[in-house]
Formats: sequence, structure tokens, C-alpha cells
Amino acid sequence: MLYREAGDFKTSYTSDNQTFPIRFDRYGYYFVLGVAFLVMPLILNDYWTNALVVPFLIYTIAALGLNILIGYCGQLSLGTGGFMAVGAYASYKLMTGFPDLNIIFVILLSGLVTAGVGVLFGLPSLRIKGFYLAVATLAAQFFLIWLFTRTPWFFNYSPTGMISAPTRTVFGIPVTGASASALSMYMICLVFLVALAWLARNLTRGTLGRQWMAIRDMDIAAEIIGVNPLWSKLTAFAVSSFYIGVAGALLFAVYLGAAEAGEAFGIDKSFLVLFMVIIGGLGSIFGAFAGAFFLIAGPVLLKIMLVDNLGWATDLAAHLEIMIIGALIIVTLIMEPHGIAALWRTIKEKLRLWPFPY
Amino acid sequence: MPDTLLFAMEAAANGLTAGVMYALVALGFVLIFKASGIFNFSQGVMALFAALTLVGLQSGQIPFAHLINAIFGTRLHYFGFTLPTLAAIAGTVVVMIVFAWLVERYIFRHLVNQEPIILFMATIGLAYFLEGLGDLMWGAEVKRLDVGIPQGMSLAVDETTFNWFGYGFYMDTLELWAALIAAILVGALVVFSQYTKQGRALRAVADDHQAALSVGISLRFIWVLVWSLAGIVALVAGMMWGAKSGVQFSLSLIALKALPVLILGGFTSIPGAIVGGLIIGVGEKLFDFFMGPLIGGATENWFAYMLALVFLLFRPQGLFGEKIIERV
Repeated sequence: MLYREAGDFKTSYTSDNQTFPIRFDRYGYYFVLGVAFLVMPLILNDYWTNALVVPFLIYTIAALGLNILIGYCGQLSLGTGGFMAVGAYASYKLMTGFPDLNIIFVILLSGLVTAGVGVLFGLPSLRIKGFYLAVATLAAQFFLIWLFTRTPWFFNYSPTGMISAPTRTVFGIPVTGASASALSMYMICLVFLVALAWLARNLTRGTLGRQWMAIRDMDIAAEIIGVNPLWSKLTAFAVSSFYIGVAGALLFAVYLGAAEAGEAFGIDKSFLVLFMVIIGGLGSIFGAFAGAFFLIAGPVLLKIMLVDNLGWATDLAAHLEIMIIGALIIVTLIMEPHGIAALWRTIKEKLRLWPFPY
Repeated sequence: MPDTLLFAMEAAANGLTAGVMYALVALGFVLIFKASGIFNFSQGVMALFAALTLVGLQSGQIPFAHLINAIFGTRLHYFGFTLPTLAAIAGTVVVMIVFAWLVERYIFRHLVNQEPIILFMATIGLAYFLEGLGDLMWGAEVKRLDVGIPQGMSLAVDETTFNWFGYGFYMDTLELWAALIAAILVGALVVFSQYTKQGRALRAVADDHQAALSVGISLRFIWVLVWSLAGIVALVAGMMWGAKSGVQFSLSLIALKALPVLILGGFTSIPGAIVGGLIIGVGEKLFDFFMGPLIGGATENWFAYMLALVFLLFRPQGLFGEKIIERV
């Protein structure tokens, strides 16, 4: 009834090619943006911001990045945790080395540093494919973490081996360090997420995105029709690592405040982001959001239910949580191998016809 | 003989025994990959689960005791009797076979014909599930596993090498036993796959699924069979690692160490898994011995992966893997 395209006439190519061609979707998008920027700051309290919303925003950025690499370019990577660590340590070095540099630029520069490292570890992808590449990216994960825990220069010779974010401000409002309020954390993450998601959407439907998809679908065929595999694979690694680096920098500087490479950016982070991408849906921007929400909100809700309501021991709840996440992954894969995004697409198809099924 | 050379030889010998352990885990991967094309990430967690089950059965723990206690407020922990080691091992084998059947029936039967990456994801999901299940069933604390294998420094090796070189090598008896058991296991697997009806069927399936189906081999049976075999290999690996360093979560991480082993040896080659394991074992010990002091130690964390990465650049199909031929 509500969700229909009848009467929604396109009069130019631009309007036909827009991201949300259906009017209802478009209004929905503006509505969500409005809620995120105007309503959420009013109703969010500190607990929900810290436990759910900020991690969701940050991991969505990481999932967007990994989705570009796996979902759009078809290069399987297990090095996400290591690349996030690069972003975090780069932002730390920049923040302590150049105290006057604005935090926004610090985070963007950390992303660029990570992009460079990503290209370096992406070079083998020209010769290695599939699972072999996944194992090769594991080398990045373990080597980078080892580097950050063993080289004192990276953590400024601090005796604990931890890095901690000093206070930095945007327009005079502290966004990192101990004095940052939950609201300012939320806003800076949200701004980055919206900008990067917009960028990702437009990159993936342009020339670059089409090249990536051609490489993903069949690299040899793509090469024959004139797609340069070197260029497309390395740009995919660069863009993806940029996103992941920004997510790592935000996670460390804004959310955690203090971090240690092995603990905060271990192999489990690589898998967490990978799950988000898979469950959300490969090759879908919406999928990154859905997957991140699913895997961030799920454990939080389970914990509230089991620990706070039923009074179980925390470790017991944690075990059950791993089990349920594992089972959910399997069930999702069996029911809908293409993730929540595919489910969403099916629902929309059905809605367009509803209430008349034919 | 110069001392450095002797120390390096000792490190290499220890690397060989460590390599056997890696090879054991890699073997489980290869078995499943050959027969079903599934890259089984959960092999390491299967080793952990098998070892946990073995300890649990041995010491007569009540499964899910913590969960039952949390729900009903009871204080159950032990049945109050212990099983002899052999009976516990037999029990664990049964558990692993049931597990194999469940995995085939409830997961991979529904995922036939999916892309390899989806199957890979499903095994990661399975790994998480199994990890949670193992902890929930038997508790998460570090457990000692004693299966009656002697531990500590091997005096025989110490004495022999002392007579030869004037310097006694330090080697763990347990690791020597592990090498021996691994050799027996591989021998048994070879005999099984060469001389039994089921073994032949297994090789036929590994060769060509459709051709095997058309001559009347049941794919489902073969899949349950390989998962059971992988479960038994996991049990042996879990026993060895568990006896060495206690049954705990880090055991499942050896699965990650087995990945570079697979890369070196090739995904489809059983001898490759063994040779790859030995190369990685010796390589990382020697690298740490020579380079570790210069660049800050603990290079074992990443050396294997870097070696695999460099190796892949020159030979993408591994040492013994089938040549990758791609067509449009």
C-alpha cells in the first residue's frame, strides 16, 4: 500500500540512477538521517551509547571496508584486526607527535597510513587467490600485532605497553580522552560513518566499483575485457584498509581511550568483522549496517537477558553467547546464504505487491 | 663442534617434534578438504572439544553441570567415579562420530552446492558453537590431561647425544611419543585408504564427486566417515597438545598454526601436510634461534605465516598441491 513505485515517474537519467529510486525509500533515508542526527542525541543515555550505539557505528565502518574488499572485489581477508591496529597506532603516534593537529585530520591520516600498509599486504593478491590469500592476510594480522607489541617506539616507550588517547577537541568540544562526553563520541562517529557510507555507495556504483565487481565475478575474464587487475585489486585493498584504519583509529581514540594491540585488535576482531560482512550480506552497503547491528546488539541483549534478568554467572552467559552466535551464523547461512541484505530485498519485493499478491 | 651449531641442531630437533604436532592438525584439514571441498576451520576447536570430552569422561564430570546448577540451583559437579583412560578414549571416539553425523545431517546437508566461502563461514560458525558447547559442557578452567604418557626430559636422547657430540640435547619424552603416535596414525590412515573398501570409496569421492556418485558410492556416508576420521585425528592432536600444555582455549588456536602448514604442503596432499608441518616446525625454531635475539623475540607468532606468504609468491599451489589451472 505505502511502498509502491506507481506514479513515481523519472524524467532524467540522474533521477533514474539515484541511490534510492523509490520515493518511499528516499524519504525513509532522510527520516533515518534526521533521527540519527537530531532525535538520537536527545534520547540517548550514557549506558546505551557506550554499550551499543558507538561500537555499532565504529564496527559498521570496519564492516563497510571489509565488504568493499570481500563483497565487491572478492578478495578474502583475515587481517582486519591487524589493519585496525595500524589505524589505532597511527592515530596515537600522530596525536602525540603533532598535538596541534585536529583530530579529524588525525583520523583521516591514520586511514591513509593504513591504506598504505593494506596495499603492501595486498600485493600478494595478484598471485594468490581464495583461501590461500586468506592465510596470507593472516600473516599481516600476526606480524602487525607482533610489531606493535614488540617495538617500543610505537607505544612511546610506555612501561605498560598500552597506548592511551590524550584529549583532543573538535570546535572546542572534547571528543577523545577521559573528558569526552558520550554525546560527542556519538556525533563524531556518526559523522564519519555517514560520510564514509555515502562515499562507499558512490564508489561502488562508479567505474571503480564496476571494475572490482568484474574482478570478483571472474578475474581472468575481467582482464580480457580490459580491467587492470593490479589497479583494481590494489585500489580495493587501499580503500578497504582506509575504512578499516579509520574504524581502528575511532575505536582506540574515541571509544576505548586506551588499548593494547594484542588484546584490542586480536584475530577475534578479524573474525567479528568478517561475520558482520557475511551475515549482513556480501556486496551490500545496507548489509554492513545490518550485520554490524546484529552482532553488536545480539551479545548486549543476551547479556542483559541472562546476566541482569536471570542472574547467571558472567562466564556462563559468555559461553552460551558464543554458542548462540555460532548457531545463528550457521542458521543464517543455511536459510539465506546471501545475508540479511538478501532477506531485506525479498521483503521489499513482497511489500511492493502487498496486499495484492499478483 | 662449535656450540652454536649444536644449539641450532637441538632447536631443529625440537622443531621437528613441534612440527609433528602441527602436521597432526593439518592432517584433519586435508582429510575433509579432499573429500568434500570444505575448508574446515573448526578442526582446532574439534581438537579442544575432543580433549575436553576426554578429560570430562576420565574424571567423571557431569556434562552441563554449570548450566544445570545455574538453572535449578543444584550443586552437581562429578558423578563420583572415574573411567580408565582407554574407556574414556573409546567414549570420546563415539562422541566424535556422533558429532560427525550431526554435522553432516544438520549443517552440510543443507549447504550442498554452496560456494566454498559460504561453507568456510559455516565451519567458522561451527567452531564458535563448538567452543561455547565445550565450555558449557565441561567448564572453562584449564584442565590437566594425563593419558599415561611419560613427560619431562628424555634421558635416552640426552645420553646418546652426549656420547656423540659431548653435549646432551634437551627433548621432551612426550613429544617423541607424539611423533611416534602420529607416525602410527598416518600409517593406519594410509592402510585404511589403500586397502579397505571404505578407503577406496573415500579416494574415489576425493577424485570426482559425480563419478563416485554414479558408481553407487553414498556421498553422505563418506562425509560422515571423513568427519569422524577428522574427529579422531583431532582427538589424537588434542590429547598430545593437552598433555603438553593443559586443556585450555589456546588449544584451538593451533588450528591457525596449521593453516600455513597447509599452504606449504598444498590443501589436498597428506604427505604435504606432514612435510609442511616439519618445515614450519624446524623453520620457526631455527628462525627464532638465530634472529629472535636480534629483533625482539617471540617470532614464532608470525614466522610461519610470513614463510607461507613468501612461499606462495613463488609456488601458489604449495609443495605437493595439484597445479591450479584456470579457464574462462
